[in-house]
Amino acid sequence: MKFLTFFEVRENQIKKASFETASKALEIAEKLNSSVFGLFVGENQSDLAKSSFRCGIKKSFVLDCGFSTYTNSVFAKVISDFAKENSFDAIFFPATSMGKDLAPLVSGFFDAPYISDVTSIDVENSEITFIKPIFSGKAMKKVSANGNRFVVSLRQNVFPFTEKEGETEVETISTKVDEGIKSSKVVGYEKGSSELLDVAEADIIISGGRGMKGPENFPMLMEIAKMLGGAMGASRAAVDSGWVAHSHQVGQTGKVVSPSLYIACGISGAIQHLAGMSSSKVIVAINKDKDAPIFNVATYGIVGDLFEIVPILKEEIKTLKEQG
Amino acid sequence: MKIVTLIKHVRDTETRVKVFHDGTKLEFIGENWVLNPYDEFAVEEGLRIKEKFGGEVVALTVGNDESSKSLRQAMAMGADRAILLNDPIFKEDDALIISKIIANALKKENFDLILCGKLGVGDDNQAVGSMVAAHLNIPVATVVTSLEINGEKVLAKREVEGGLEVVELTLPCLITCQKGLNEPRYPSLKGIMAAKKKEIKIFSSKDLEIDEKNLSTNLKFLGYLEPPPRPKGKIIQGEPKEAVKELVKLLREEAKVL
Repeated sequence: MKFLTFFEVRENQIKKASFETASKALEIAEKLNSSVFGLFVGENQSDLAKSSFRCGIKKSFVLDCGFSTYTNSVFAKVISDFAKENSFDAIFFPATSMGKDLAPLVSGFFDAPYISDVTSIDVENSEITFIKPIFSGKAMKKVSANGNRFVVSLRQNVFPFTEKEGETEVETISTKVDEGIKSSKVVGYEKGSSELLDVAEADIIISGGRGMKGPENFPMLMEIAKMLGGAMGASRAAVDSGWVAHSHQVGQTGKVVSPSLYIACGISGAIQHLAGMSSSKVIVAINKDKDAPIFNVATYGIVGDLFEIVPILKEEIKTLKEQG
Repeated sequence: MKIVTLIKHVRDTETRVKVFHDGTKLEFIGENWVLNPYDEFAVEEGLRIKEKFGGEVVALTVGNDESSKSLRQAMAMGADRAILLNDPIFKEDDALIISKIIANALKKENFDLILCGKLGVGDDNQAVGSMVAAHLNIPVATVVTSLEINGEKVLAKREVEGGLEVVELTLPCLITCQKGLNEPRYPSLKGIMAAKKKEIKIFSSKDLEIDEKNLSTNLKFLGYLEPPPRPKGKIIQGEPKEAVKELVKLLREEAKVL
C-alpha cells in the first residue's frame, strides 16, 4: 500500500503537527510493509520539502500548481487527482486549521471516507484502526476503512515526533489545475492581538474562568503564558462575559486542546469545558471551591484564592526562568 | 437570494454520555434534543442576509420524524420552509454518505448560498459542509466568524491559528459557521406559532434518484470506548506561598512539564 502525508507550510515554515502526523503514518505503514511519501502543495516548496527527513520521510512530492497562497478546493482537487493517478490508498493530514479545511474536501474528491481528529491509530489483522473522540471527548469511537482507503486528520500534540537525520528525495511535479474547479482564495491575514501562541498549538496553557472576576485580571495570565512560551485560554463564562476574545475559548464550543500542561484558574470545570481540555497531560487547578468538578480531573490542585496564588505563581516562574 | 441552511438535530451539550460495558452502544443521561448550536449561527446568518437582500431561507436536514423538531425551530427563528431527507437507507453514520445525499437534493434547486454550522455536536466530524461543496463544485470557506456579501462577491474571515484568514469567494458558495459570527435570535411566540404552519417537504431515496451504491459506507464501526481515565490527582496543602513552591517543584520534578 502507498500513503501520502500532507505537510502544512505557513509563512515559509513547516508546521510541527505535520511532522507528528508523518511520524505516525510511517509507524503504521511499517506494520503493513507499506510506504509513506511526503506531500507538499503550492509554489516554491521544494527546498522545504527536503527537510521531510526530520521525521523519517525518505521521499516527498511537491505538487507545484502555480498557487502560492492557500486555495482550498484547488489544492484538494490537485491532491486527489495525484493520489488517484498514482494509486495511493490513503492520505494523512495534521488536524490543524488548514488540515481540517483540506481533508474533507480531499475526501469528497477522492471519494474515500474521512476520519477526523483521531487520537489513536493502530493496525489489527492488517486493518488500520482509528480511535477518535465524539461528544467532545465524552466517549471515543473506533472505526476502520474498507481496503484501508481513507482520508484522516490527526489531532495535534498527541503523536510524538523525534528528530531524525537523513535525506529526503524531492520530486517536484508541475501540476495542471482543473480550470473548472471553483475555489475560495485567501486574500489576507489578520493577526490576533496577542503575541502569544494560539491555544490549539501551545504545549502549555494557562486559562481563566468566571473566578477571574473581570477582564482586567487576564493580563496577569498572559504574562505567565508569555514567560512559559505558551498560550492563554479561557472558559466559556469568561468569553461570554466579554472578558476575553473567543479565540481563547477552550471547551465544547471553543477549541479542543491537548497540551502537556493546562493550568485552570477560577474555572469550575463544567462538562463542556472538560470536553475541551481533559486530554491535557498534566492539569493544575486553582479554585477557592474545594468541590469544584475541575479537581476531579486535576493532577495537582490548590484550593485557595487565585488572586493570592496566581501572583505568587508568576513570581516563582519568573525566578525559575531567570535561573535558566 | 435563495439560501439553504443545512441543520442537524442533536443532543445538547449537557448530555452525559456513558459507554455500554461491551462497547457496542452509548447510554445517554439527561438527553435533550436541540437544533445543533453551530447551525443556529447558520440560520441566523441566513435570516440576516434575507432581511438585507430579500429572498428565502430554507432549512434542510437528513433525519427522521424527530428531526422535524429542529426544522420547526429553524422556521420559528424565521426560515420560510424546510426539507427533510428521510429514508431508512439514509441511516449511515458516515459524513461522506450524508454529504452525497444532501448534494443530490440540492442539485434540484438553485441555491445562491448554503450555510451550515462548522460541525454537528456529537459526531464532531467537521466535514459534511466541505464535502457538499466538493460534490457541487462550489467554493467553500469554513469556521467563518465574519461574512460580507457584495453582489456576487463574498468576503469571509475564518479562524486559523493566531488570527483570521480573509478569503474571497463567489456565489454560489458554501460557508460553515463558527461561534462569533452572530448572536442567534430567540424565536418569538409568534414565530413559533407560524412555524407550525410552514411547509416541511419530505424526500425519500426514490425522490432523490440516488444510486444505492453511493449510500453504502466504507467505514466499519468497531466499537465505543470510554475516554482514557485520568490518574487520581493530589491537592497541595499549605499556605499559598508554600503550596505554589510545592506545585512548581512537582511540575518540574515529578510531572516534568516545566
